[in-house]
Amino acid sequence: MDASTSVETHHDPHAHAPEHEHHELGFWRKYIFSTDHKVIGIQYGLCGLAFLFFGFCLMMLMRWQLAYPGQALPVIGKWLPHIFGAGSMPDGKMTPDFYNSLGAMHGTIMIFAGVVPLAFAAFGNFVVPLQIGAPDMTFPKVNAASFWAFAVGGLIMLISFFVPGGAAKSGWTSYTPLAAVADTGPGHNPVFNGQTLWLIGFIFLITSSLLGAINFITTIIQLRAKGLTWMRLPFFVWAQFVTAFLLVLAFPPLEAAIIMQLMDRVAHTSFFLPTGLVVNGVPMSISGGGSPLLWQHLFWFLGHPEVYVLILPAFGIVAEVLANNSRKPLWGYKSLVFSVLVIGFLSFIVWAHHMWLTGMGSTVSAFFQTTTLLISIPSVIILSAFFISLWGGSIRFTVPMLFTTAFLPMFGIGGLTGIPLAFNSADLYLHDTYYVIAHFHYIVAPGTIFGLFAGVYYWFPKATGRKMNDFWGKVHFWPTLICMNVIFLPMFLQGMAGMHRRWYDGGQGWNVANEHTIWGLTGFQWNTPISWAAWIMGLAQIPFIINFFWSIRHGEKVNDNPWEATTLEWTAPSPPPHGNFLTPPVAYRGPYEYSLPGRERDFTMQNEPVEPAERARRKAPAELVPA
Amino acid sequence: MEIPYTVSTRPDTGLWNAKIGIWLFLASEVMLFGGLFSAYIFLRIDAAPGMWPHGLLNVPVGAGNTAILIISSVTVVLAWASLKMRRYRAYWWYMLVTISCGVIFLTVKLAYEWPQKFEHFGVYIKPGALGKYEKYLGNERRAEKGMEPRIEITGHLHSQTAKEYEVALDPVNADPDNPAMDRPHFLPLAVTDKIATIEKADVERATMFLPTHSAYFASYFTITGLHGLHVLGGVLVFIYMWLPVSKKLYQRNPEHLANRVEVSGLFWHFVDLIWIFVFPLFYLL
Repeated sequence: MDASTSVETHHDPHAHAPEHEHHELGFWRKYIFSTDHKVIGIQYGLCGLAFLFFGFCLMMLMRWQLAYPGQALPVIGKWLPHIFGAGSMPDGKMTPDFYNSLGAMHGTIMIFAGVVPLAFAAFGNFVVPLQIGAPDMTFPKVNAASFWAFAVGGLIMLISFFVPGGAAKSGWTSYTPLAAVADTGPGHNPVFNGQTLWLIGFIFLITSSLLGAINFITTIIQLRAKGLTWMRLPFFVWAQFVTAFLLVLAFPPLEAAIIMQLMDRVAHTSFFLPTGLVVNGVPMSISGGGSPLLWQHLFWFLGHPEVYVLILPAFGIVAEVLANNSRKPLWGYKSLVFSVLVIGFLSFIVWAHHMWLTGMGSTVSAFFQTTTLLISIPSVIILSAFFISLWGGSIRFTVPMLFTTAFLPMFGIGGLTGIPLAFNSADLYLHDTYYVIAHFHYIVAPGTIFGLFAGVYYWFPKATGRKMNDFWGKVHFWPTLICMNVIFLPMFLQGMAGMHRRWYDGGQGWNVANEHTIWGLTGFQWNTPISWAAWIMGLAQIPFIINFFWSIRHGEKVNDNPWEATTLEWTAPSPPPHGNFLTPPVAYRGPYEYSLPGRERDFTMQNEPVEPAERARRKAPAELVPA
Repeated sequence: MEIPYTVSTRPDTGLWNAKIGIWLFLASEVMLFGGLFSAYIFLRIDAAPGMWPHGLLNVPVGAGNTAILIISSVTVVLAWASLKMRRYRAYWWYMLVTISCGVIFLTVKLAYEWPQKFEHFGVYIKPGALGKYEKYLGNERRAEKGMEPRIEITGHLHSQTAKEYEVALDPVNADPDNPAMDRPHFLPLAVTDKIATIEKADVERATMFLPTHSAYFASYFTITGLHGLHVLGGVLVFIYMWLPVSKKLYQRNPEHLANRVEVSGLFWHFVDLIWIFVFPLFYLL
């Protein structure tokens, strides 16, 4: 074949399309090994929720040890050793190693197996293609591969609890050299030990996020519906777009670090092991010459953008729910978009603010202190715009809106308490105390997780065609909100009193936790109400779980647009069929046209054409338009 | 259901999907190898005097491998151009050359370069015993010249007893005061027949040239190993596109195959580019 025939062989790619449609897939291909973005999104969502609850259970166990150190855990304490091995809780009393495992795995599972899959992968997968009017993701098979890489990674993390020695126990940050020598030596398998499995599991989780993120960005660039220009994108899509960039660029350096730590543990290299390292009184037979600080740099190069990976999707959900329930356009849409882009950029140059106690030097600290304070500006712009969006709105307090309104002050507390940590002089004192725990949990627990709950309640009707029950949603919301604050607010005080975050006995054996009283209780004694609040909050999730599964089949049936929202996903049938839209949608207007003057309904969907009368009115200056 | 823009371009972006996908993937790869190379820089800056070896790798072989990769980068472009001109036969041959180059590269790496290192042996002498082995180390002259001390004796492990190593010395330790040995040798020199006896009591660490040997070999094996995996991945993808199964795609939609070759070619160029960094960092500097 030569060049002259090329014109004839070049044909329309859509010519064969009809014959690929309307073929029924079997159960396994349809629901398990699906390449449909909605199924994958739901798979991610269910797994993410399950991992969140599992990670929370780990913490509820730790809270027993903190409140009642050394005492036997009643009832379940008896059978936990049968699950996690005799070394975990002999006679119901927690061993220090098991406590450390719980702490490390709580962080790892919550962040990497819970929030990222739920906030980014689940909502991103389910909602983004619908919001941009696309039939699916650009690379459906890559999308499925992403989910299965996640499933394998999550499974490896779970399996690591059951190997001799238990799961990883060097903190969720796995600082070297501790992490590089943990779980080695007699009694530990060279590969099937907690820390090595943690590293291997992580490689799968990173792979999953990379595949997903590449898919998201390409989808948003390529598959936007006709007329859906960049500044007509819902804010949620922008948030996911920036999040995906963070994942693409920040995860690989951690992958490099994980490969190196894996080499340190399996091939006995010394990437992170310094010369002259002595373990258990014995000098290690290693080449040395490694740098423990290098791990911290590479870890936090991911670690800080990761914080924004956790919060930006929640921002996106909050924006959607907020505009929808205040029946008003989102205030300052452009400022929001540019703020989120600036956050994305700045988040790459703030990482060393996690490392001020390492002695990097004051010049480096000054640089990172400046950038850290700079990044608070776009964050404050976003939060302010959200608050102003409420102003003068006719607010409907639906369940998603309750979580959203709670998100605003909770995230505000989390953000503002971060400012003392941004100054390295203040951080030297607060570093690694409960203050830090309280600060970032206010961001990710009543912050991100409230955003995620709002998203679950908000898009549930789109996925199932039914609404979740309102009453039980409120029963879920109020105790959760109150308990969150009872848990985390006292931790600021404990931290300022000097309580260290990694104390196995909750501070019982430390003067600093026992000498100062805060509102009548010592730092140590505060552990008890905090723990009880945590357990009650665990109970408060039961209405959610029941409501969630019950509503799939028995919830109130609703139409395609139950919230009277404006964005394109609500123009698709609920649940959307394979291929999503009955006709390819066209966008004629911005995403938040609520309460447009001169309209019968208080919402105007993106696919409603602009009529000549409206066009004429919109061109005229606002003050000349009669109401 | 068909995903739009898998073959044709979207008018406002001017791109088809996989092209954006591959560039994003390459961006993540840049960050991955960037992390590893920054580790190399960190470790090298921090290395104690004498702890960062020079001249241990075979430069001509490395240069040959560099040439092979560059040739394959050219042929993969020619393969793509042949597809664009709808010359399947030429495409098939260029692809075969590309695949062969990848296989040769991997063979040289895995069957020749790495095993050669695994056979090499080095002993680090304890600081207190350095004087005892002065005739192999030549540190007095190096101190006069203001050069880093040598603390390692390398060669082939000839034999060992409970108390001693017998090492067939590398030229650098056989003739340490020779000015020609001051600079890392550019061409590999064979191990001499001069044998040194080193008491185990004087030895800090003794190891073959494995990742455990030093931070240098740790990063060398990790980075070249990961690079090798990338080469292997590229070769497997190319083999798939070269096999008859892809001819069917060509007959159905030649542009689709051309696009596939283009994105995998981009990946292949990236793998080549990584090697362009690896070669000077480990072999020359």
